[in-house]
Amino acid sequence: MGDRTRELAEQVQEAARTRTPIAPLGTGSKGFLGNPCRARPLATTGHTGVVDYQPAELVVSVRSGTPLPELVRLLAREGQALPFDPPAFPPGGTVGGAVGAGLAGPGRPWQGAVRDHVLGLTLVDGKGSVLHFGGRVMKNVAGFDVSRLLCGSLGTLGLILEVSLRVTPLPETTCSRVFTLDAEAAQSCLARWLRRPFPVTGAAWEGGRLHLRLAGTEAAVRAAVRRLGGEQEHPAFWTALRDQTLAFFRRRDRRVLWRLSVPPNAPVRGHDLEATLLDWGGAQRWVLAAPDDPGPERLAQTLGGYAVRFRQEPPARPWQVLSGTLLWLNQQVKRSFDPAGIFNPGRLHPGC
Amino acid sequence: MPVREPTPLLARHPDLPRRLAAVAPGAKLLTRPAEWAPYACDGLTARRRRPGMVAVPADAGEVAAILRLCHALEVPVVPRGAGTGLSGGALPREDALVLSLARLDRILEIDPEARTATVEPGVRNLELGEAVAPFGLFYAPDPSSQVACTLGGNVAENAGGVHCLKYGLTVHNLLAVDLVLMNGETVRLGGGGLDGPGLDLLPVVCGSEGLLGVVTRLRVRLLPRPESVRVVLAAFDALRRAGDAVAAVLRAGILPAGLEMMDRLALRAVAAYLGPGYPECEALLLCELDGCAEEAEALAQRVARCFAEGGAVEIQVARTPEACRRLWAGRKAAFPAMGRLAPDYYVMDGTLPRHRLGEVLETIAALAREHGLAVANVFHAGDGNLHPLILYDAGVPQQREAAEALGRRILEACVAAGGTITGEHGVGVEKLDAMCIQFGRGELERFHALRRAFDGKGLLNPGKAIPTLHRCAELGGMHVQRGRLPHPELERF
Repeated sequence: MGDRTRELAEQVQEAARTRTPIAPLGTGSKGFLGNPCRARPLATTGHTGVVDYQPAELVVSVRSGTPLPELVRLLAREGQALPFDPPAFPPGGTVGGAVGAGLAGPGRPWQGAVRDHVLGLTLVDGKGSVLHFGGRVMKNVAGFDVSRLLCGSLGTLGLILEVSLRVTPLPETTCSRVFTLDAEAAQSCLARWLRRPFPVTGAAWEGGRLHLRLAGTEAAVRAAVRRLGGEQEHPAFWTALRDQTLAFFRRRDRRVLWRLSVPPNAPVRGHDLEATLLDWGGAQRWVLAAPDDPGPERLAQTLGGYAVRFRQEPPARPWQVLSGTLLWLNQQVKRSFDPAGIFNPGRLHPGC
Repeated sequence: MPVREPTPLLARHPDLPRRLAAVAPGAKLLTRPAEWAPYACDGLTARRRRPGMVAVPADAGEVAAILRLCHALEVPVVPRGAGTGLSGGALPREDALVLSLARLDRILEIDPEARTATVEPGVRNLELGEAVAPFGLFYAPDPSSQVACTLGGNVAENAGGVHCLKYGLTVHNLLAVDLVLMNGETVRLGGGGLDGPGLDLLPVVCGSEGLLGVVTRLRVRLLPRPESVRVVLAAFDALRRAGDAVAAVLRAGILPAGLEMMDRLALRAVAAYLGPGYPECEALLLCELDGCAEEAEALAQRVARCFAEGGAVEIQVARTPEACRRLWAGRKAAFPAMGRLAPDYYVMDGTLPRHRLGEVLETIAALAREHGLAVANVFHAGDGNLHPLILYDAGVPQQREAAEALGRRILEACVAAGGTITGEHGVGVEKLDAMCIQFGRGELERFHALRRAFDGKGLLNPGKAIPTLHRCAELGGMHVQRGRLPHPELERF
């Protein structure tokens, strides 16, 4: 483990001086996210280690280059976990990458997003200054909440050096159930079940099967299984869903994998259900479509949400379309952190 | 240095009421000083000022029109919800327009299937809770002012409450807002689902104390009401023991719905106010557990065991809604009860890593003795969010100053222990100096830059939340770098 703060800050200062675009990089496991941008990689390799971890505080502070699986193992030894359950795309990411990408696993609607659990962070901004925001405490309203803003910013605002994350106890027990239902029936079941206080931590539908994950105390899970029924299923389904190794994702071929973020109860009728996987109880939808098919984006807008081209090869079209005042505001905020525009220029949007 | 009073708004812009009426014909415009009394302060009643004038628009379109006009005329604007904030975030200025959101008070939609509600900012927190209860749902943030405070204000302050340990703060329960910028443009942050396109600006707006924009519509998530609730009460004969018991519960992997502490002085105030109810002790813990019936009971048993092992001298478990309400009643009455002990009190809001609770409580007691004032503690122990109440009498010369000086020392102690100067009440005008303890020049510059990204002219709620670099420099650089005070060898407490 090592602290490369000074050296990394100097590299950013040098890039700012020479106006050289740089790309914060962990292991590159999520390099496919966003628009392609030409920038020199600035890797956090070796900037690793847990700076502070006291299990009773439910907080861990860790350097950004720390491999994610290492942190997950460390927490598990204390009976704890990262509540946002980030995906582990090959070759396995880093903590900085998990925060910068802002991706959460199937438990997101119940256990929260990445940003819900980021309590503070240290970053190098576009001028090369090392800045500390937030802290290690649960509640903190001093100053603007910059730490959470960094989540999902895809390295466009600065280089993350260290993060303090809220961790949660591992559930006493986890159980996965599966129900044979078409998409509409699954949706109406979920509309009823999710209004009840069942200990649900996953709800996904694909190919005529609704998968439900229950986790919590033995008592709560047993009671829920008794009331909901379904058949037992191996919990490996949820890891494969999170890491996109399910058959659904493998049959993508040359198609674009779209991610749609919509209201969970938005109708499923407009979807090509052969090419759709509903996650997050219906609020996150994975859709496969031909490269030149703008259908998923239009559908997302009709349903009251938005869409991104999550995976496309080659990355021929914009990752996400933003316009008007919202685009302007994104560009303004980007400039406020990175006036010279050196961090991943254009990766999120033009000028961001 | 002589401070020049700003020119009152209507003296500088005598035609402002006419021009406002032209762009926002439905808005109530209060232009006579006699109408301004209710707007002179917020929950921080020690600070009062006259507003320049007050506008109460009828809808979001009028909010945008008013901001656009003020932007063009370079008139500062102070947004205002219910005025229950405790840090002076809604304190008016003579040169500024107060923009009250009180009339944007409709619940627009409750969608029980999506478990969301869409509301205008003037809807009261408790009102939303009552509206969604028939669907078996609840809105989690429940600040103690929930009878009066509004959801727009909750967003501005990132309000918490008793249940945020398990269910989160406003930021965790907010899905989208329509935000009118100072230039009159409206953006929607967040989306119809659980996230929105572009950078995640929602958490920046949440808790921004009205400096970045005015929320005219918000969508929040609702949660299924737990089937069953238990409350465990435990009495301890030492603060530190109670503090350690809090850590033991969390270490055991239990996430209570609420975990609150009161000290002896707070208990005495409650007893004087409500009559005897709680056991007499140095520290009292109240722990709420919820879930299905079996789960809540099992958790209550485990928590009771933790407390017993931690040396509790008395333990009670409430199993019926009525019994739970009885145990909570004293905690809820704690703030009003303080009036029995002293004419005035000053509420602090520091947050700490929980393992340092016991130690910092002892430091606070020592500081209180040093300043000759009494401090009662009633707080969210589970979150490490302290609310020391400094008791004083504003009628006694110098007592208010002494209370404020003690307050600053308490916040320094919180920051030195790795905590923060405000957990949920906000900075407002009250903690501007304390911000200089918490942040250095670089961070403050970044905050100012971020503010200019939203409001280039700096007209929205100026002089709040983020101190100028100049102000911090004058205070002499008390910045506590990452929990380390400059010159740690000096005795400060």
